[in-house]
Amino acid sequence: MLKRLLAPIRNTSGLARWILVAGILITAVFVIFAIFAPWIAPYGFKQVSANGVPFPKMAPPSGQHWLGTNDQFFDILSRIIWGARTEITVVALSVILAVLVGVPVGLASGFVGGWIDRVLVFLMDALYAFPSLLLAIVFAFLLQGPLGGGIVAAALALTAIYIPQYYRVVRSTTVSAREATYVEAARAIGARNGTIMGRYLFGNVIQSVPVIATLNAADAISILASLGFLGLGIQPTQAAEWGYDLSRALDDAAAGIWWTALFPGLAIVLLVTGLTLVGEGLNETVNPTLRKRRFRKVVMPTREPSTALATGEVEV
Amino acid sequence: MSAGSGSLPRYIGQRVLLVIPMILVLLTVVFLLLRVAPGNPVTASVGGKLSPQAIALREHKLGLDQPLYVQYGEYLKNVVTFNFGNTISDNRPVIDVIRDNGGATLTLTIGAFIFALLIGIPLGLLAGRMRDTFPDVLIRLFGVVTYAAPIFWTGLMLVILVAPWGWPTYDIASPETKFLVPTHTHILLVDAIISGNMGATLDVLQHHLLPCLTLGLLLCGVFIRLVRVNLLQSLQGDYVEAARARGIPEKFVIRRHAFRNALVPVITVIGLQVALTMAGAVLTEKTFNWPGIGNQLVKYLDARDYNAVQGLVTFFAVVVVIASVLVDIVNALIDPRVRY
Repeated sequence: MLKRLLAPIRNTSGLARWILVAGILITAVFVIFAIFAPWIAPYGFKQVSANGVPFPKMAPPSGQHWLGTNDQFFDILSRIIWGARTEITVVALSVILAVLVGVPVGLASGFVGGWIDRVLVFLMDALYAFPSLLLAIVFAFLLQGPLGGGIVAAALALTAIYIPQYYRVVRSTTVSAREATYVEAARAIGARNGTIMGRYLFGNVIQSVPVIATLNAADAISILASLGFLGLGIQPTQAAEWGYDLSRALDDAAAGIWWTALFPGLAIVLLVTGLTLVGEGLNETVNPTLRKRRFRKVVMPTREPSTALATGEVEV
Repeated sequence: MSAGSGSLPRYIGQRVLLVIPMILVLLTVVFLLLRVAPGNPVTASVGGKLSPQAIALREHKLGLDQPLYVQYGEYLKNVVTFNFGNTISDNRPVIDVIRDNGGATLTLTIGAFIFALLIGIPLGLLAGRMRDTFPDVLIRLFGVVTYAAPIFWTGLMLVILVAPWGWPTYDIASPETKFLVPTHTHILLVDAIISGNMGATLDVLQHHLLPCLTLGLLLCGVFIRLVRVNLLQSLQGDYVEAARARGIPEKFVIRRHAFRNALVPVITVIGLQVALTMAGAVLTEKTFNWPGIGNQLVKYLDARDYNAVQGLVTFFAVVVVIASVLVDIVNALIDPRVRY
C-alpha cells in the first residue's frame, strides 16, 4: 500500500520530484492544521477575549497575537488555523461528491451512447463554458436561502461546477476505450454491460481523475474564498473562512493596516500553490508525454548477441 | 468553387448557428436555477417592507403569477430583444444597469489583457528558452503564485503598497472628474478623451492602473504557461531542426522559427480567458469599488434581487458565448487547419 502510494514520487526525477514533494509538504501542513485545529490554534475562531481580558481591536502582530487581531477583535493566527479546517472540509466534500457523480455518469454516458449521451454532453458543455465563479455564485445564492450559509451549502455550490469536468474526461476516455480489443473480448465471453463498465473500463478511465481532483481542489479553495469575499460563502458565525476575513480587511488596507489582509491571503496562496504543485507533479508522472524517467543502468548480457538486442534497451 | 474558398464561410456559418442551442441551454439553466428554486423573488428582496397587496402587484407586474412555461417563453423573448427585465429592489431596467456600468467593466478587462500579454508573453518565452534552469523555475513559480493568489488579495497587497504614496486605490475616477466629464458613450475613459480634458483623462488612467494590473496578473500566469509549453513544443518541430541543420544561429532559429509559432495559440487562449476574466472582474470590481457590472451584481446579490441577478448573469453568459465564437472565427481565419 505504502509502496503504491509512494510510486509517483519514485517514478519521477529532478524537478518533477521536487515539485511533487514540495506540494505534498505544503498541503500536509494545512491538513495537520485542519485536523488538529483545536490543539494548534492559540484561541477559538470567534473568541474575543482570554482570561477575562478582551482582545485589542486591529492590534499589530505581537507576542500575544503573533499575527495581530482584526476589526472584529479576532486573533488572526487562530482564524487562519481554524480556516484551514473549513477550507479543507468544504473542498474535500465537494471534490468527493463531484467525483461520485461525474465519474459514473460520464462512464455510463460514454458507454451507452444514444440520445441521453448527446443531451448530457450538451448540458455539460454549456455548464463547462460558463465562468465557474459565476456558476458558483448562482448556486451559492440559491442555496443560501434553504440551507443557510453553512459548509454543506458551500460544498454543494462547488460540486455543481466540478461535475462537468469529470464527466467530460471520463466520457471521452470511455468512448475511445469502448471499441478496444479487451472490451470486445469481455463481451465475447458474455460479460454484461455493468460488468464491462465496472470491471474493465473503470480502471482504465479513472487514470486521470486524481490529477483533475487535485487541481480542482486547488481551484475550489480559491472559489470558496471568492464566495466568502463576496459574502456568499460560509457565514462568519459558523466557521472561520479566509475569504470572508479578506473582505473585512478591504477597508483597512488603504489605511495602511496590512496584517489583516496579508496573512489570510498568504494562507490561501500557499494552500492553492501546494495543491497545484501536487497536481502538476502527479500529471508529470501519469502523463507519458511529460514524463522523464530516471535512467536505469543498462545491463548487457554477455553472451548470445541475438537476445542482447531484445533485452538491453535503455528505458527513457 | 474550390473547397478552400468555400469552406471558411461555411465554417463560420456553422459555428454561428451552433451558438443558438448553446445560448439556449445556458439561458434555460439560468432560468431554471433562479425561477424554479424555492423562495419567492419578490418577498426575498422586499418582503416585510411592503404590504401584501403591493407585493402581489409587483409579482403581477413581473409576471410571476403566470405558469412557468409562460414565464420561460417571456424570458427567452425578452433576451432576444436584449431586454433583461427590471430589477426588483430598485425597479430599474437591467439593460440600463448594463449600459451605465458596462463601460467601466470593458475598460477594466481590456486593460487587464494588455497587462497580461505584456507580462505573460515575454516571461513565457524566456522560461521556454531557459528550460529547467533557475530563471525558468522562478518564472514558473511566479506564474503559479499569481494564478494561485486570490485576485482580491493581490489587489489588497497592491493597495497596501501604493497607498502611502497617495496613488488612487478606489473607484474609476475622482468625484471631480466624474462631475466634469459629460457622458456620451458611457465609457468614462473614452468620454474623458473626447472632452479633451487632459487632467481628467490622466486621472481616469491613474485609477485604471491598479485594477487592470491586478486582473492582468491573474491572467498572465496562463499566458506564461501557454507560451512556454508552446515554445518547447515548437522547438522540437522538424522545421526548427531543419533551420538548425542549415546552420542558422540558435538565436535566429528561436526568434524567427520557434517564437512565431509559439504565439499563434495565444489568440485562442485570449478567447478562452474571457470567462475567467468576467469572473475576475467581479472580484476586482468589489476590491476597488469599481463602478462596473460585477460590482452591481454583488450589490444585487446582497439585496437578494433574483431578477437583477438573473439579468446580469444572463448577460455574462451571452458575452462569454459570443466571445468563444469570435475566437473560433479568428482562429479559422489565421489557421487553415481549423476549418478543414
